Amino acid sequence: MFGTSEMEINLGPQHPSTHGVLRVKLSLDGERILDAKPIIGYLHRGCEKLGESRAFPQAIVYTDRMDYVAAVNENIVYVEAVERLLGVEVPPRAQYMRVILSEFQRIASHLVWLATHALDLGAMSVFLYCFREREQILDLFEGYCGARLTTNAVRIGGMYEDFPEGWVEEARRFLEILPARLDEYHKLLTKNRIWLERTREVGVIAGDVALDYGVTGPCLRASGVAYDSRKAIPYAAYREFEFDIPLGTRGDTYDRYLVRMEEMRQSRRIILQALDRLPDGEIRGKTPRRIRPPKGEVYHVNEGPRGELGVYLVSDGTDNAYRCRFRSPCFVNLQALPELCRGHLVADVVAVIGTLDIVLGCIDR
Amino acid sequence: MSETVLKSVVVPALQIALVVAVLLGCVAYLVLLERKIIAFMQVRLGPRRVGPHGLLQPVADILKLLLKEDILPARADRLVFYLAPVILLLPALVAFAVIPFSGTPVRVLGVEVRPWITDINVGVLFLLAISSLGVYGIVMAGWASNSKYPLLGALRSAAQMVSYEIPLGLSVISILMLAQTASLVGIVRAQAEDGSWFLFWMPYPQIVGLFLYFVSAIAETNRAPFDLPEAETELVAGFHTEYSGMKFAFFFLAEYANMILVACIVTVLFLGGWLPITLGIPGLRGALSNLLPFWGDAGAALTGLLWFGIKVLVVLYLYLWIRATFPRYRYDQLMRLGWKWLIPLGLAHLVVTGIVLLAAH
Repeated sequence: MFGTSEMEINLGPQHPSTHGVLRVKLSLDGERILDAKPIIGYLHRGCEKLGESRAFPQAIVYTDRMDYVAAVNENIVYVEAVERLLGVEVPPRAQYMRVILSEFQRIASHLVWLATHALDLGAMSVFLYCFREREQILDLFEGYCGARLTTNAVRIGGMYEDFPEGWVEEARRFLEILPARLDEYHKLLTKNRIWLERTREVGVIAGDVALDYGVTGPCLRASGVAYDSRKAIPYAAYREFEFDIPLGTRGDTYDRYLVRMEEMRQSRRIILQALDRLPDGEIRGKTPRRIRPPKGEVYHVNEGPRGELGVYLVSDGTDNAYRCRFRSPCFVNLQALPELCRGHLVADVVAVIGTLDIVLGCIDR
Repeated sequence: MSETVLKSVVVPALQIALVVAVLLGCVAYLVLLERKIIAFMQVRLGPRRVGPHGLLQPVADILKLLLKEDILPARADRLVFYLAPVILLLPALVAFAVIPFSGTPVRVLGVEVRPWITDINVGVLFLLAISSLGVYGIVMAGWASNSKYPLLGALRSAAQMVSYEIPLGLSVISILMLAQTASLVGIVRAQAEDGSWFLFWMPYPQIVGLFLYFVSAIAETNRAPFDLPEAETELVAGFHTEYSGMKFAFFFLAEYANMILVACIVTVLFLGGWLPITLGIPGLRGALSNLLPFWGDAGAALTGLLWFGIKVLVVLYLYLWIRATFPRYRYDQLMRLGWKWLIPLGLAHLVVTGIVLLAAH
């Protein structure tokens, strides 16, 4: 007489916790999730098509609007792809500058991740503390390229400007206070009973399953697979720096949390090494006036804060690319959402979306 | 007018009016206090533009809510929909009838006025019973909204509140054993006689009892870290999703009124009610009981009210502090905590208190 049936609920595009306009169709059996289908496309702006109809230097601006929280990394991956097609050498100072900005962007991105993840799970204050630190990084970016978020900081062949006076000192000042702040976040969350209960054994994915899905970035490393593009396929000047790759063991939300927290420390380590050994010299290599790469194709990858950013550029000898395809790490990671959510309770969907660290701009392009 | 009518109708009526007015004012300003205190903990400032330091913010909030459109969802049950906020708010207000705000009765215009509306000899039972009625309001709200999210939220909230009634009651029973009476005034007087608050009662301080009561009360009032049913960042926006305007305001008022009620109960049961904070120094009790000796009884009453107020504020600050700090429990973890941890702890606490009492005799 009394039966139960599946309930379909929409975690709609407008929702405080979906980090953008993500729609997830949940099939629930009571509170248990049977299936979670992500539906995307609400933020699609045709970046790849725009890349085809704009000249190569013009398209750089679109890259930082795709993953707006990891703008510098997106800039760099595109610019380096073009440089490979052109065969242009980037001078060492420019490469070091790219590494410094990249790693600052990684710290800023991880701070956003921690802030929103903690806020979703109820720890409101962490959100404000993380953004307080991020403000300082955004001030650094503004001091360098004039924009906080959509940086457009790199040019084909190098950087467009050197660090302004006092920039390096301010960067060092920030890096000095960062470890204490990270310890603050650890104190609030890492051993907190409630945090542990919300994140341990939630959204578990095994290393081989993650590889099957094509997951990259901290989500993969938390499952125990030691793959980091900065070490595997070094780009910019990463060969010259010493840093560790934090690994997790269980592949659950808590491990992803620990991995990203440690990555912030490692980024700081890289920046300090880069600032100490910053070579002098010019910041722009010899680049042709008009960017017209010869016919050819290249696939270049980068380690973004969310995973492996990739650009596949096909040039047909004209000013515009013939095909400009962006591999979005969040897009691929999001595929694993049903796998991560199945069998959990409704409240865990929010935790899982937070831990995948998705940015809809990157997914939808 | 006859003496009895004066004593049993006019004076209580005036007291009720005063208490309700002051209480509603306190609730409105508690909302502001929460926003300011949590803001300060989060390195920001909170409301500061409406009036100096944001002091007129509650006025602005009330005005805004009064002027908002009154939405009734399609096919919602009209009567139940309108009744739910009322049924949630009323028990919170009614429970204040038994709370003693101070110790000394005062003679006003020839009539003796006691600083409590009434003191029944089953005061504690009355409180427990009345606060349980609030669950009805939540279930009615969730059901009448005719929508999935409020329904889920309301059911969760109801289950949560019912589960945490038990550890609440268990911690209170220990106090009843120590005080030998269920009347709230009697409990404070027992603490006065014992010479120490029940929190510091020797040889078995009721710290566990206070912890149990406070944690259960946080779950009862749907506050963080047990606020999943109404959490904005979770899937369901809670049982008050479909409410707007003044009815929504009622839910808020009810929640904060319940918070103040819990703070008052904690103060009376564990923290010595209107007794002064003497830090254990003997002899200070008399001096601090009346900081306005030239006013005699009125002075004692006001001083008692002051100490009561200070303790209530401390408990409320703890409420806000906890909200700003901790993440949120998931629903099943919340239930597990209540049933598997707090209830056994409450029973153990009860047994230990009983044994200590027996041994002391």
